[in-house]
Amino acid sequence: MSATTAAAQDRWAEATQLQLTWWRFRKHRLAVISLVIVFLFYMVAAFADFLAINDPHATDARRSFIPPQAIHLFDEDGFNPHVYGLRGVRNMQTFQLTYTPDPNRKLPVRLFARGYTYNLFGLFETDIHLLGVEGGQRTDGIFLLGTDQLGRDLFSRMIVATRVSLLIGLAGVTLSLLLGIILGGISGLYGGWVDTFIQRVIEVLRSIPTIPLWMGLAAALPNTWSTTQVYFAITVIISLIGWTDLARVVRGRFLSLREEDFVVAAELAGASQGRIIFRHMLPSFASHIIAAVSLALPAMIVSETALSFLGLGLRPPAISWGILLQDAQNIQVLANAPWLLSAAVPVIVVILAFNFLGDGLRDAADPYG
Amino acid sequence: MNVLEVDDLKKHYPIHGGMLRREVGRVRAVDGVSFSIAAGETLALVGESGCGKTTVSRCILRALTPTSGAIRFDAGDGTVDLATMPKRAMRPLRRHIQMIFQDPYSSLNPRMMVGDIIAEPLKVNGVPAAERNARVLELLDLVQMPAVARTRFPHAFSGGQRQRIGIARALALNPRLVVADEPVSALDVSVQAQIINLLLDLQDRLKLSMLFVAHDLSVVRHVSDRVAVMYVGRIVEIAPTDELYRSPRHPYTETLLAAVPAPDPLRRGRQMKASGEVADPAKPPPGCAFHPRCPYVQDRCRTDRPELAEVAPGRWTSCHRAREIELAGVA
Repeated sequence: MSATTAAAQDRWAEATQLQLTWWRFRKHRLAVISLVIVFLFYMVAAFADFLAINDPHATDARRSFIPPQAIHLFDEDGFNPHVYGLRGVRNMQTFQLTYTPDPNRKLPVRLFARGYTYNLFGLFETDIHLLGVEGGQRTDGIFLLGTDQLGRDLFSRMIVATRVSLLIGLAGVTLSLLLGIILGGISGLYGGWVDTFIQRVIEVLRSIPTIPLWMGLAAALPNTWSTTQVYFAITVIISLIGWTDLARVVRGRFLSLREEDFVVAAELAGASQGRIIFRHMLPSFASHIIAAVSLALPAMIVSETALSFLGLGLRPPAISWGILLQDAQNIQVLANAPWLLSAAVPVIVVILAFNFLGDGLRDAADPYG
Repeated sequence: MNVLEVDDLKKHYPIHGGMLRREVGRVRAVDGVSFSIAAGETLALVGESGCGKTTVSRCILRALTPTSGAIRFDAGDGTVDLATMPKRAMRPLRRHIQMIFQDPYSSLNPRMMVGDIIAEPLKVNGVPAAERNARVLELLDLVQMPAVARTRFPHAFSGGQRQRIGIARALALNPRLVVADEPVSALDVSVQAQIINLLLDLQDRLKLSMLFVAHDLSVVRHVSDRVAVMYVGRIVEIAPTDELYRSPRHPYTETLLAAVPAPDPLRRGRQMKASGEVADPAKPPPGCAFHPRCPYVQDRCRTDRPELAEVAPGRWTSCHRAREIELAGVA
């Protein structure tokens, strides 16, 4: 055997399960791509205000329903990114404002331009944005995905919505995970009537159709609550169902691991209950939990989107993908401004990415299962 | 001096039925088993699947609580009854009885390094870290594994090597009794021989007392001093190994011996095959439990249950016809 393969074998022999899982995961190309996509989405969520171009809350009747606008990279002088200023003309037959680019008003696009003021990570105030135009009137700007009825920039709103929609998934999963691990753990470890009770509760919860349950719970939220309170309440409502899946995964793993020989061996060696749980059992299914979480996250995100779309979840002025899609409910609006539907794209992309990621993680964590 | 004395051990599982979940029957997994293991002795417990041999070993390890009977264990500072010991009180005693598992793949935690696996019994019993390291190296040497194995993970080893690691872990605390639950039946034949040789070597060097559970007689011959044959929750024959192989006194033992592969087909004696299935321990047949499969069956076998009786010095069997019939052994 040559020296390199011997070294590789040593590396493999001394690799932890985490390393082995990572090596297996890397071979799953779709999952790796999905991991990158999910990471990028969370980066967008983290730097949402920096990436947004126009104030997502700023309304202006004079720029409603502007169609998507392209950035021109070159002009006759060479590289000079710019957008054209828009001229709104009312069509006297339909009374609709139609916008035509005005080639005489070239607005240069700048990196790290100044725009609306925001708080970065809630720490310091700044008005630097990745992109912006220089000069121009108040109604001028870059509208990559057009504007809605109230003249708000859809691109900026989608970027800011990413934060709410992705974080609600994380928060919901964290809450479900906590409930799931504790209740599933108790169920699997102690068995007996406690197990029966918890399992029946799970079955009852799961047998209730989710949409009517959510409708009922969301209707119970007082009108006077602030956006933050509603946000928190919606998280709780979503995770109320979400924890049951995780609890079942945890219980199942506990039940099967309890019979596992290496756990019996630790018991026979005289190890304490705590050592058995934390040293032997939990590490053995941590990877399963991570996989289960990455599959539960998209469900949470879709739940929030669905609730908000139906008007039961978050309420404006909060911005989430569901709320953006709410605007696309009306067929008349949609016929005039089909670009409003583009808010569905990030939902689809992130859900698919999470699903592939979860599949990849599960395969990597448990190559035999 | 006996390390272990098992006296009339019973483990029954109730069967519940009906709306009120009343007990409608019992699975008599172990139904009155008695034997003893002397210091330095290896007793083999042999029987087909479902005969209760694993239940016996789990009762001794107190992974199960026996229904009745006594398990007297010499803990060094006096004899204790493991059968009635509360689970909590078992923990300080655990270090004296260790187990070698059947499946070398599931018995080692895949997330722990081999060194940590072997050191775990030492750690939970309060051996200081410096001593642990020295002991791990000593144990690896004892089971003929290289010292580099310490920092590797179980996935780097073959079944036979893993079983060596399992043996090292079982020996870490110098137990007074080792329970080996089919330690070679999951291994390839060539590897089986290596592990058997290792166990022989360890018996020699450490004066191990061992309960060796196996489902066939072929591997048992080399390791055990005495053999106890179980059938449907009871012991049907106990004898010193050589005598049992040469001249079995119970028809069931004869059947098992006939199943031992013979290297020379010409030297093979009468062909004996066990027909039918092992009796259901929930509904054992009346009389001798083996009678539906026994070629020597008589009327009284169907009604009277034979008790285990000493037919010759050191030779116990439970067969009505033990003194009448001539049974074939193996050379």
